[in-house]
Amino acid sequence: MSEQFEPVIIGFTCNWCSYRAADLAGTARIKYPPNVRLIRLMCSGRLDPTFVLKALASGADGVMITGCHPGECHYLEQNYKAMRRYLLLRRTLEQMGIEPERVKLVWASAAEGVRLAQEITHMVEEIRALGPLHWPTWPDGGSRRLKAEVQPELEEVAA
Amino acid sequence: MSANGAKPKFAMYWAASCGGCEIAVLNIHEKILDVDANFDVVFWPVAMDAKYKDVEAMPDGSITLCLFNGGIRNDENEAMAHLLRRKSKILVAFGSCACEGCIPGLANLSSPQSIFDTYYETVSTDNPQHIRPQFVYAAPEGEIHIPEFYPVLKTLDQVVQVDYYMPGCPPESHQIAAVVDLVIKALHGEAELPPLGSVIGVGNSTVCDECPRQRNVKAIKQFTRIQDLQAPDPTLCLLEQGIPCNGLATRSGCGALCPQAGAQCIGCYGPADGVIDFGARLMTAFASVIDSKDPAEIERILDGLVDPAGQFYRFSLPGSLLRAAKPAWSRNGKSDEG
Repeated sequence: MSEQFEPVIIGFTCNWCSYRAADLAGTARIKYPPNVRLIRLMCSGRLDPTFVLKALASGADGVMITGCHPGECHYLEQNYKAMRRYLLLRRTLEQMGIEPERVKLVWASAAEGVRLAQEITHMVEEIRALGPLHWPTWPDGGSRRLKAEVQPELEEVAA
Repeated sequence: MSANGAKPKFAMYWAASCGGCEIAVLNIHEKILDVDANFDVVFWPVAMDAKYKDVEAMPDGSITLCLFNGGIRNDENEAMAHLLRRKSKILVAFGSCACEGCIPGLANLSSPQSIFDTYYETVSTDNPQHIRPQFVYAAPEGEIHIPEFYPVLKTLDQVVQVDYYMPGCPPESHQIAAVVDLVIKALHGEAELPPLGSVIGVGNSTVCDECPRQRNVKAIKQFTRIQDLQAPDPTLCLLEQGIPCNGLATRSGCGALCPQAGAQCIGCYGPADGVIDFGARLMTAFASVIDSKDPAEIERILDGLVDPAGQFYRFSLPGSLLRAAKPAWSRNGKSDEG
């Protein structure tokens, strides 16, 4: 294959800092690779490890978790919880055979558009070097329990 | 009840499991007589003699209730799952193995090669000739096959559609008795069966809710394995004492037997309602109660959890979002015996 591998990275951002840092990077026309898909949370403390596992199991090659610097959480200390969850999740993922570079925690304040762009660029390069994760999507037996998870159909809104 | 007066048919099968589920069924004591009075037991390898071809000869949908325990480890398990699905009106994933993979599912952390290496070549096995199973063997009388070993153990609902789930390792006997009662009542038109896909024979909350131990604010500075603790407090929450107890994320229904006996909950009743990934929920909970903001100290505290995957996925790895570790499914790990 001559084509370059383009990793898919899911980025979880905090409404109060890193999401605005990404916004700032945009308004300041700072370039970073388009491989990251940002999802806004109200706080890095909202990040349930389920989100990370689901991203990896559904085809993501890496996950970036971002939040406010320690001591600067909008909700006082939820980013510490995010840090502890991340450190614990990383140990579990290692036992699952997932390289530690694939899941990263980055602190970025609302003013750090440049830094966030650098971190994203760096992570994309690292994961490109690692190659695709390719977590298998196994068929299931048509389980009724899983059907509860089926996406609800959205009604079309008239323009 | 069918019009000709014949009793409804009952079957129970074991795939990759230990047999504890069958013992739990027999442990419903004299209630087993109600099973016999109301059902015609047509297939139950542990309790009676019947052959697979007997099941194949039955009309489709002729078994009213089938309790299927065990995970899907090989192609024989899978074939039986499909066969019993076809023959059964109500197929219950019975016990933790069928629901989520359970202890046999922990093999999903390892490659098939290393499973066989451990099984046939470690010090506890006397195998001087290094004999390994041959899946196909050309005997003088013809070719002999043994079931193909899958690289990844699957849960029952990853193979066939399941009507009800009954978790537990094994399900508690009083819960089994209650479910048997309910099915018998439903057969007589005196009760309605729960909606398809329900988890039955369980509580609606978590083990913590059933646990009588005293709970305060949790702030953990150290995780300790219960066997390393000198004198655990008999009335205080185990997690508050630093013992990694899985009760917070585990479905109720057992009556919190283990914490009452002084042992931590290990999570055999599986995830509580609304939990997608049991291990992720436990990671969230454990990380939340660690009392430190310093990364180095957090790492030291986490060192106390010696086997995170085993702690969080002891019963639920094949039923989790990731299902199996990379060595189990990746091509490098999927060695063909050398």
